Amino acid sequence: MPRKKILELSVDWLSILDPEGNVDESLEPDLDKGTLEKIYRTMVLTRLFDDKALKLQRQGRMYTFGASLGQEATTVGSAFALNPDDWFFPAFREQGAQIARGIPIKLLYIYWMGSEDAYIGMPLRNFTIAIPVSTQILHAVGAAWAAKIKKEKIASIVYFGDGATSEGDFHEGMNFAGVFKTPTVFICQNNQYAISLPRERQTASKTLAQKALAYGFEGIQVDGNDALAVYSATKAALEKARSGGGPTLIECFTYRLGAHTTSDDPTKYRQMVEVEEWKKKDPIKRFQLYLAKKGIWSQDYEDKLIKELTAEIEKAVEEAEAYKPGVENIFKYVYAEMPSNLKEQMDELLAYISKKTEG
Amino acid sequence: MRVAKLNMVQAINLALHEEMERDPDVIVMGEDVGVDGGVFRVTEGLLNKFGSERVIDTPLAESGIVGTAIGMAVYGLKPVAEIQFEGFSYMTIDQLAAHASRIRNRSRGTYHCPMVIRSPYGGGVRALEHHSEAVATFYIHIPGMKVVIPSSPYDAKGLLISAIRDPDPVFFFEPKRLYRAFREEVPEGEYTVPLGEGKKLTEGDDVTLISWGAMARVCLEALKLVKDVSVELIDLCTLSPLDDKIITESVRKTGRAVIVHEEPRTLGLGAEIIARINEKAFLYLEAPVKRVTGYDVPVPLPKLEDYYLPDAERVADAIKEVATF
Ligand SMILES: Cc1ncc(C[n+]2csc(CCOP(=O)(O)OP(=O)(O)O)c2C)c(N)n1
Ligand SMILES: [Mg+2]
Repeated sequence: MPRKKILELSVDWLSILDPEGNVDESLEPDLDKGTLEKIYRTMVLTRLFDDKALKLQRQGRMYTFGASLGQEATTVGSAFALNPDDWFFPAFREQGAQIARGIPIKLLYIYWMGSEDAYIGMPLRNFTIAIPVSTQILHAVGAAWAAKIKKEKIASIVYFGDGATSEGDFHEGMNFAGVFKTPTVFICQNNQYAISLPRERQTASKTLAQKALAYGFEGIQVDGNDALAVYSATKAALEKARSGGGPTLIECFTYRLGAHTTSDDPTKYRQMVEVEEWKKKDPIKRFQLYLAKKGIWSQDYEDKLIKELTAEIEKAVEEAEAYKPGVENIFKYVYAEMPSNLKEQMDELLAYISKKTEG
Repeated sequence: MRVAKLNMVQAINLALHEEMERDPDVIVMGEDVGVDGGVFRVTEGLLNKFGSERVIDTPLAESGIVGTAIGMAVYGLKPVAEIQFEGFSYMTIDQLAAHASRIRNRSRGTYHCPMVIRSPYGGGVRALEHHSEAVATFYIHIPGMKVVIPSSPYDAKGLLISAIRDPDPVFFFEPKRLYRAFREEVPEGEYTVPLGEGKKLTEGDDVTLISWGAMARVCLEALKLVKDVSVELIDLCTLSPLDDKIITESVRKTGRAVIVHEEPRTLGLGAEIIARINEKAFLYLEAPVKRVTGYDVPVPLPKLEDYYLPDAERVADAIKEVATF
């Protein structure tokens, strides 16, 4: 009865594009020019979207907002691997993936300007933003499970941060996914911080990817600033999921270049030199260099693109700012049928408003 | 005793400094409470002064924070655990309702659970979903829990010190809208404001106005709109256990009452207060008791938030209606 090793587990690292835009041809995904251009366009649009949002917030035209500066390859690269009929479950820093999924940016601005009405008319299978960290993970597992029960070849993808891996919901979601082999792809945006808490203080594990191994499925760590690596890993995981192979956890190793949100002061907890180091690994710059090497990108190309996207953003902001939600919407959507107490309360409020506007 | 003009953040911070100084068993734990000093800077400076064994940046897990705090409390520490926003306190309900609140009773007094959970609460700051809610009702409904909400810097310090010294678990909600709204004189050094006792912010004979937290300030504003009515404004300070005496005595005197809270109307504390008035002062009433509350809906995002929150005019209307019934 010897004592012997009965289990050895390992985690792979994947990177395809280096910071200078050199590609590992043996791993390069087979993407046509049009798709590469769309990925680049979406990453740039995401960054411009964030920049504009931060400006609006400073001017008091928008409320608290968490930018995704530096994480565009993770959100955009992964979302491009989805089929339109897959289900998408974001946390709150996934504007890149939302834009890649075809959600009009006007709706995203309406949301961050403080209205739930953003969801009216939002393309389906793009679930609501989850503010409570980690809670959405279970929903994504449930949706994938439903697809499996209904024998539909549909996967779900769920996004969350490094901090989210400490919540019980993360562990319960991973466990259910493992036990029921649900077609779920878990995208962990490890941006190295949960507000002020550095990744090393969040968990004693060497990687976040390895947490999947404890639940009986594959975990992989990818260069989250490399859109090709994120795309490839997600694509493979989704195909595996849809063909009955069960879930995968993809830890995207990236960095939040900006503040946690507009209410945060990162100088309290991290050094500028660290940020400068990560800026050298910028996901957009790297993709741009790659496209340049392929003869797709040029300065002219860039100028034209920025002009076009800036106009798109200005138009969306204008429309979002013009949008005025109706007061009844506070009451209208709480139940399928409005109960009498809500009806009374709504009438009370409407009467109060008209008294106020008359008086 | 030195007295300084402090806002509520500073007053709570001072209470934490003083209590940690006084009692080495007091520890502070939560998300971003150490290096960052708390997202509202309430715990600023504690880490430098007391070190990382007593001021603990925890992993991101509310049930983890409160569940481990229970173990610490039972062992003999006095944890003051921060839940970063009220909307994430739901995850603590299991640990609080199933354990913290029952340990004394379950063990017939063999164990007890002296801990404080602090959390900002409430609307009016244009925040994200789950960051504008008034959730005290959930905790009031747990037998064995105490629930405290200050409405001023002075009370915040004195009530928090009492909460930390209390032998039972206390949920201490901080009206985030008042964090930096105004300053008042707050003495340095030891003083306490007792738990379980309301206080009169104004004395009056016509109408009893009952509120707490951020809404107590809205009530003060409302008084300026009803100068011809003599209003007795009661700030409950502790929502559980409720100060029956101050409510009953006042309503017996005025015969009229209005209750104002930010929480949704159904089963909000206003409902319980009305029931107690019925039990203890019904025959003194000259008008039905009125509630001005949040509606029975999720708190709207910022664009419509102001419609949800009771404001001075709504409160003033209710006072007039009750006064002239
Ligand atoms: C359950 C819960 N607790 C606390 C918060 C407050 N909060 C918002 S974001 C955040 C950190 C999240 O870190 P991470 O999961 O790494 O995501 P990131 O913000 O880095 O994208 C915290 C503590 C929250 N939204 N939800
Ligand atoms: Mg993070």
